[in-house]
Amino acid sequence: MKYLDEYRDPVLARRLLADIHATAGHKWTIMEVCGGQTHTIVRQGIDELLPAGVRMIHGPGCPVCVTPLEMIDKALAIAARPDVIFTSFGDMLRVPGSATDLVSLKARGADVRVVYTPLDAVRIAAAHPDRQVVFFAVGFETTAPANAMAVLRAAALGLSNFSMLVSHVLVPPAMTAILDSADNEVQAFLAAGHVCAVMGWTEYEPIAARYRVPIVVTGFEPLDLLEGILMAVRQLEDGRHEVENQYARAVRRDGNTAARDAMRAVFQVSTRLWRGIGPIPASGLTLTPDFARFDAERRYGVAAVTADENPACIAGQILQGTKIPTDCTAYGTLCTPRHPLGAPMVSAEGTCAAFHNAGRS
Amino acid sequence: MIGVCLGIPGRVVELTDEGLRMGVVDFGGIRREVCLAYEPDAVVGDYVIVHVGFAISRVDEEEAARTLEVIRAIPDALETELGATGPIEDEPRETEPREAAGR
Repeated sequence: MKYLDEYRDPVLARRLLADIHATAGHKWTIMEVCGGQTHTIVRQGIDELLPAGVRMIHGPGCPVCVTPLEMIDKALAIAARPDVIFTSFGDMLRVPGSATDLVSLKARGADVRVVYTPLDAVRIAAAHPDRQVVFFAVGFETTAPANAMAVLRAAALGLSNFSMLVSHVLVPPAMTAILDSADNEVQAFLAAGHVCAVMGWTEYEPIAARYRVPIVVTGFEPLDLLEGILMAVRQLEDGRHEVENQYARAVRRDGNTAARDAMRAVFQVSTRLWRGIGPIPASGLTLTPDFARFDAERRYGVAAVTADENPACIAGQILQGTKIPTDCTAYGTLCTPRHPLGAPMVSAEGTCAAFHNAGRS
Repeated sequence: MIGVCLGIPGRVVELTDEGLRMGVVDFGGIRREVCLAYEPDAVVGDYVIVHVGFAISRVDEEEAARTLEVIRAIPDALETELGATGPIEDEPRETEPREAAGR
């Protein structure tokens, strides 16, 4: 496929690897933020081909993984109602809540449906005016414009039977939370290319300056990741800390203004609870007052639900990059993609699932 | 394509309007309906990055080519330092050899 295959060229990948080996003179620790990037790095073994001193840590950029347990429990409470058609991206269905998961609830008769796009949830609502349709809106800035459009469409169509369980998170506050942490080891970031396709990179400039960390906006194919790593290593070796854009074919400095405008109309910035990290101020999105009537938490009175994480799961440390999946005693034994204890083993973008699928032990 | 962060490049093959700017995008033979509201200037033939059924960016052909040129310009001499470094493989569904592409 055009714009995919050429960025997977093994000959060019070896040249980039050789250049990274020639450039890296010191020990460096780089975090790739996005779970899609983690997947490519682990699947292709890129981390194992880097110089011994260059270590990749896998960041919190898996939206399924950072969704807190209590939000899963809220989804389960809503999906169990007989009047509700609960719609979600497929990733969320196997994420374990405190007592069960959405796929088990579906097997017991709940009307849980996987959608490819949030607009499908709006279509289902329009086709079933006698039922309530709830969409589980998870994701980072990449997904927020799509979910915003679903709300705008539901409003335009006058649908009173559509609502959204919103669990949206933002990348820059998570990066600063990691940098502020006492045991932070991250010296440079590969920023998530598709988040930046929407948001641009201006909000990363103050982070790079304040924390003196290079931030390289990076794509998702092997050559993109290798070039992003090379650019980060060069900055580290030169003592620079700039925001650079590796993914120039898809990302502009100001991002996608139409998408951001829709996001801003529908969502406002709020405190969010991150799985394993805890609450981070101004780190997520909730519906603005104009669209609060679409808020499923209010509609179904689940806003006060809280939950305690499974103590056997070290998702929090995995998401902050302080541990890797093979450090976990449950990895591959008690916890597998078929029977996950925690979200990072469920999602295709989760670090534990990426390790397990690549056969790492 | 379920991954919540994943975006795939595809070619716009049809534009429609259902009160919302929509279109059909071809992903190497698989076609999907896509919302183009956030890429109002995209026309048939353009490549767009699609995420959960929405075009979030248009692929800039010049920048796409420039990235590859920059990587190709890395001197071959460095390759000898490492030799074959192993498993950078294409996705399993792709079978055609890509070895000639960088030469």
